[in-house]
Parts: sequence; C-alpha cells; structure tokens
Amino acid sequence: MVPLRFLDGGEAMLVVEFGDTIDAGLNERVQALDVALQAAAVPGVIESVPTFRSLAVHYEPLEIPRDTLVARILDLETRAEVTPRPLRTWVLPACYEAPHAEDLAEAADRLALTPARLVALHVAARFRVHMYGFAPGFAYLGGLPDELGLPRRDRPRAPHPANAIMIAGGMAAVASVPMPTGWWVIGRSAERMFALGREPAFLVAAGDTLRFEAVDAATFAALEARVAAGEVVARSEATP
Amino acid sequence: MTALVVERAGPGVTIQDGGRHGHLRHGVTVAGPMDPAAFATVHAAVGNPPGAAAIEVSLGGLDLAARDGAVDLAVIAPGFDVRHDGTLLPSLATVRLEAGGHISLRPGSVGAWAYVAIAGRIALPPVLGSLATHTRSGLGGLDGRALEAGDVLPLVDLRPREPAAARLVAPWLDPSPAPIRVLLGPQDDHFAADQIAAFLARDWTVSPRSDRMAYALDGTPLRHAAGHDIVSDGVAHGAIQVPGAGLPFVLMADRQPTGGYPKIANVIGADLGRLAQLRPGASLRFQAVSLTQAVAARRALAERLTGGPAREAIVRTVFTSEFLLSCNLISTWSE
Repeated sequence: MVPLRFLDGGEAMLVVEFGDTIDAGLNERVQALDVALQAAAVPGVIESVPTFRSLAVHYEPLEIPRDTLVARILDLETRAEVTPRPLRTWVLPACYEAPHAEDLAEAADRLALTPARLVALHVAARFRVHMYGFAPGFAYLGGLPDELGLPRRDRPRAPHPANAIMIAGGMAAVASVPMPTGWWVIGRSAERMFALGREPAFLVAAGDTLRFEAVDAATFAALEARVAAGEVVARSEATP
Repeated sequence: MTALVVERAGPGVTIQDGGRHGHLRHGVTVAGPMDPAAFATVHAAVGNPPGAAAIEVSLGGLDLAARDGAVDLAVIAPGFDVRHDGTLLPSLATVRLEAGGHISLRPGSVGAWAYVAIAGRIALPPVLGSLATHTRSGLGGLDGRALEAGDVLPLVDLRPREPAAARLVAPWLDPSPAPIRVLLGPQDDHFAADQIAAFLARDWTVSPRSDRMAYALDGTPLRHAAGHDIVSDGVAHGAIQVPGAGLPFVLMADRQPTGGYPKIANVIGADLGRLAQLRPGASLRFQAVSLTQAVAARRALAERLTGGPAREAIVRTVFTSEFLLSCNLISTWSE
C-alpha cells in the first residue's frame, strides 16, 4: 500500500492523501478513515470531507496542533478497516424518455450506440457513491461502463431542472439542484438526492451503491407527484 | 415585535453567521463572513457569541430602520461612511437606534465589507443548523437570498446597552500595505521553483470578476509543471487555485467544498480579512510563511479578538461663528 501523504491547505486544513487517481480501492480507504475519524470525535476537528482519493480534515490548530492530529490519524488509519460503515444499495426510478433525456440521442451518436443500448448499459450499471461536491447533494458516481465514456461538452449548457441524470468524464451523477453543466443529460430521476426538511435531507452516503430502474413517462409523472407530496420513492436495502 | 426594516440594500448584502459547518461532506458550502476578524469584532462589541448572525454589507451599501422598539447595535465598517439619523458616526461604533431611527452605510474610499450586529438575536429559522446565506444554493438567511428593500428582520433577546453612541477601537482591523501571508501547498509540487518564486515576487491585482465565492487575480500568468487538472480534493478558505490559464484565484467564504485545480498556496487565517477588504483594482503581493508562523499569527489575532474592541466617547466639536471669526479663518478665506 502506498504510504499516506499529509499536505497542508493553510494552517486549518490537513489533507490526508491516499493517492492521486480515481480508484474504488483508494476511495474505500478514504471512507474507512473518515468513519473512524468521525467516531473518534477528536476535539479540535471541525469536519472531514471524503473525496475520491483524499480526506480533507478541517481543524482548529489552536485546539489541536498539526503533529498531534497527524499522530491521531495514523493511529486511526491502522485500525480503520475494523469499523466498516453499514452501506445501502439504492434503486432510483428513472425516465429516459422525452422531455427528460435532452442529450440522449446526441450522446448515443457520439458513442456509436443506439439510445436503447445506452439506456440498457446505464440501467445495468451498479454505481458507487465516491463523494459529494460542487453543490448540496451533488454526488459523483463511479462505475460507469467503459462503453459510456464521454468527455464533458465543449460548452456548459444552460441550467436544467434538478434530478437530471447525467454522464461525463467516466462518471455519472444526478443533479441535486438546477445548475449549468457540461455533462450529458440522458434522463431524469423521480427521487431527489437532496430535499430540505426530508429525513434524511441527503439521500445517499458515500460508499453506497446506486442503480436506476427505467419507468415510462406516465409512471414517472405519478412518481414525481408522490415525491412532491413528500414521499420517498427510491427503495433501499442494506448492501450485503 | 421589534424588528429592523431594510429600507434600501445594494446587491450582495446578506445575513451571515459563523458558517454552515458539518455538511461539506454533502456538498454544502460553509459560507459565513468574508472578513472573519471584522465579524468577530462586531459581535464582541455587543457581547454576542462569536458565531451569531449579523448583517454583512457589501459595497452596495445598506439603510436600516428600527421598528416597534429601540435596537442597540454595533457597526464595524472600516472605510465606510456611516450615518445615524443623518449624523456621521465613526465607522467603528456602537449606537442605539430608537424606534423609527435610521442607520445607513455607504462605501468610502477603502474597504469592501462591513458588519452590523444587533445586541440580541435575529429570529430567522436556521437551515442545516445555520443562518449563513449562500445565494448560489439558495440556503440560509432570508429565503436563501440577499436582502432587499422592504425586508423585515425580527429581533428577539434584545439586550439594552449604553444609550450613548461610542467609537470602537480595533487596531487589528486597520488597513495595511503588508503582503498577504500564505502557506505554500497543498499542490505547490505542481509548479517549478521559478514559478513559485514568481508567484511570491509579482504584483497581483484584484479582478472585477471577484465575488463572495472567489477573488480572481490579474497579472502575469503562472505556468504549471505537471498539468492543471487534479483529481478533486478538499479546499479551505483562502485556497489559491491556479487553473489552466495560469491566473490564480483565491477561494473565499462561498467557496465550493472541493476543487479540481492545483492549489499553489493558502492564505493564512489571520490575513483572510485583510485580503477580503481589498477592492477590485487593488494590488497585492504574497509572502510565504511557515506553519509555525501561521499558527502564531492566528493565536495573536484570536487573543486580540477575545479582548474585543475598546470603547471611546464620541466628542463632537461644534464650531460657532464667533469661534471661527476669532480664529480669523473667515477673513483669511475672503479675498
């Protein structure tokens, strides 16, 4: 295993770097350390942010000196594997039909696939929640099949509604808020990744598995109405 | 209910508290004050907890009126023109607005952000545990947006203080031409030694494209040694990212939780406010310090903030015409 690197983002953020690539194995180590650090409730640690390949630890250096924090993290990291977080597998109802799939035809064309084949690959995929970032509830999903690898669009498109299902850069995502994006919009989720006042406000946790279940436009409209009434229509079960 | 009524608000005037901590892992921006030192000072002046909610005033300025009761407040507005019922106040002051009383803040020749704190509490519902406004995601403050004319801020737990206005003395907020201190990293290894030297030696200018999210810097672009994309990782307040075009930008209060450009350095905590108070067009330099120096500066500032600002009586000098004549001012002024 590559040794950890400790990097400073100013005097109040320590970056614990496990590597510099997007890799599920690295990400699992990041998340294991994150769970251990949260459970340890170290005084002076404000919050930690798991990303693809590193854990950013925001801390108050007047309460915990960097050396003490580093020693504590090294100690936790050696024991991190023994406290796995209970993970869940989520199924999100999705519609890949007009008007929810603005870029489906163009993306399929660029990938030399039929739209139906693109959708079949996306529905068959098991996505892993690598990290949140960019906006509240915006989760980066790994596990996109290689056949669906597309770079971002040359120009970001105008903001689309929340819940857009998007692919780009070897990853997938579900937009949690309306946002301008260079990603390709291939469908729409009935479920919201982020909803204030709902419990939980943020649907999934880093490390969880996600898959999509295609529904027709009429079913989708009925599901959206239930979501608007405050219901959670995504299903989930403990990941074995 | 006693309230503050917004009679006029320029763009970018928001309610901020100590920040929405604990949700970075869900993509939620911390927000909070642009100038943490001025923000802590304004609360210390009225005896509030340091992370309470206050009004952050931009260069757009703000007019407030008290409704249904008197409101004691503190204003920390270095460089701003502050008026209480039309009379000029020191730009760092405590003052009582009687019911119907007014206070106005307008930008002066220096300074970019000012703060108004109430001796009491702004009674708005917290969102994810915080009142900090983040307009991009529409969270916090008043409906997740900047303040507008007609808005009403209900106040509770009001604590009457000295009725007489007072000048506040907070020398740690004085403008200074000293370089902005930075700690190199975490991706300084993406730059050759000559580029790091250039980053520290060059003059940079705050760009008009700057806002609460980031201060963009104009100057001679830097070159990357090893590409300008990294796999996204966490960012701190004051992170200096260098995107492909080579012009750095400093991530400020409304920064996103993670970023994908190499970060050559991070502004130290003690200098975040001094940087924030620079306006578009202002020039600055960076100076590298060690972690030990950064922590020492942080401790020194924290100790001064704990003491809070000193209060001084405001002495108003009234010049009578007899006095002016006795000084022979008027006769020398006439040809």
